[in-house]
Amino acid sequence: MLTAQLLYGLTGCVIVALGLRGALLHPSLLQRVVAINVMGAGVFMMLIAIAYRGPDLPPDPVPQALVLTGIVVAVSATALALALARRLHVEQGND
Amino acid sequence: MINLLSSILILAGLFFYLAGSIGLLRLPDLYTRLHALTKADNLGLGLLAAGLALYSQHPLTALKLLLVWLAVLAASAASAHLIARQARRQETRP
Amino acid sequence: MNTASLLVFDGLLLLSIVSLAWASLATRDERRSVILFMAFGLVLAMAWGRLLAPDVALAEAAIGAGLSGALLLAAVRKQPRPLSSGSTRGSRYLDGAQVRTVSRWGVTLLCAALAGALAWALLHAFNNAPQDALHRSISANLEASGVSNPVTAVLLNFRAYDTLLELAVLLTAVLGIISLGQTTTGYTPAGPVFEGLVRWLVPILILTAGYLLWVGAHAPGGAFQAGATLAAAGVVLRLAGRRIIGLPDGFMLRIVMVAGIGVFLLVGLTVLVLGRPFLDYPPAWAGALILMIETAAMLSIAATLLLAFVGGQPRSMPARAVANQQHEEMS
Repeated sequence: MLTAQLLYGLTGCVIVALGLRGALLHPSLLQRVVAINVMGAGVFMMLIAIAYRGPDLPPDPVPQALVLTGIVVAVSATALALALARRLHVEQGND
Repeated sequence: MINLLSSILILAGLFFYLAGSIGLLRLPDLYTRLHALTKADNLGLGLLAAGLALYSQHPLTALKLLLVWLAVLAASAASAHLIARQARRQETRP
Repeated sequence: MNTASLLVFDGLLLLSIVSLAWASLATRDERRSVILFMAFGLVLAMAWGRLLAPDVALAEAAIGAGLSGALLLAAVRKQPRPLSSGSTRGSRYLDGAQVRTVSRWGVTLLCAALAGALAWALLHAFNNAPQDALHRSISANLEASGVSNPVTAVLLNFRAYDTLLELAVLLTAVLGIISLGQTTTGYTPAGPVFEGLVRWLVPILILTAGYLLWVGAHAPGGAFQAGATLAAAGVVLRLAGRRIIGLPDGFMLRIVMVAGIGVFLLVGLTVLVLGRPFLDYPPAWAGALILMIETAAMLSIAATLLLAFVGGQPRSMPARAVANQQHEEMS
């Protein structure tokens, strides 16, 4: 087990926890969406750390492809969440 | 020899970045902070790009780095202008 | 490379990543939170580069930091300025649902426990012997896949079904966005400085997108990064207040939106009809098929991401039909 894998993997776990706490507790809807994106980034960090095999060997491409897919899915979910938030406020008459 | 020269250029670039960051933290006003950030950071980027281009010893990479620096220069100048203009508008609004 | 200096670099990078994530979620000002999130995305892209994942780094910088940031910033537009530096009174996103302090501590402890569980699982996985079988079979079959970039080979050949479904997810999200309401209001036309920037930036972005698409076969790049760059060109045009932002009108827009999935399915079904399993390209044709699929996917991704930024029903839908729809929903 490489030092880099250990460091980045553990940081990924910390960021997932940070994001989850923000997603559950933050009073602002927009920042909850940001928090969910942060959670996603933590998961990606764990996956890329797993894919890393040291400076000499080529990295494992399968987790990297999964993360690439994950990034695109995260942005589409964010876009949908923001459109829902906007419509929510129109319906509630806040706008 | 080339490594030494490129290290000097990179360190000079880092010095300008440091100066820009100190300016961001210490200067009193939005406009002065924009000024420090745009000028110092772009010069730092130019020196950094020059050092990296020298280190890579490949003309195509050097060309790409030059284009990157020019693009960042133009984009950050335009962004700084837009931010300052918007801040000015919001000041003069009652 | 000197391992001690690399360790210092890693430590500093991880420290900035964690502090940016913390700061983005700890602040009460929404704009500040979004901008810190964009910075977080860019530093994260640096981390992907350090971990030898350049395709992911490109995608993170373009999509994760760039387009996500643009979407979030567009959402905080026209917010009333915070009265003091700490309050978000009057923000349209506040729920009014505050959580009691005891519950806050409970949730924090649970999240810490989750981090601990994930860390334990990760260490457990690392301590077992690395399984190389998948990696070896990928390197063995790389020539037959039609491209020489292993990530592109995995995305568009070995796990093409996942990518097909990912395009479907993107399309579904945009269908949801379209069905939720009108496009967001446009931006004021650009002044001379921004206009000058747009005039040369957009052609360069389009050129870069084409380059990324082509180079994805043998170097870091690919359809997703190219599509995101193209969408960024459209976003810049929209921010400059232009009416024409590159999206086709009406029927053509629908064609472009489903082009990615459509071409993918067409290739898969043609291969099926010819007797091979679904999406199993014949090795002689694999390179050309992948390029074709990637081109359609790039246009599709660019159109859907741009539509997501624009935020709703495209203007080409007749106004009366839109008004009737909204009348039906209200009553």
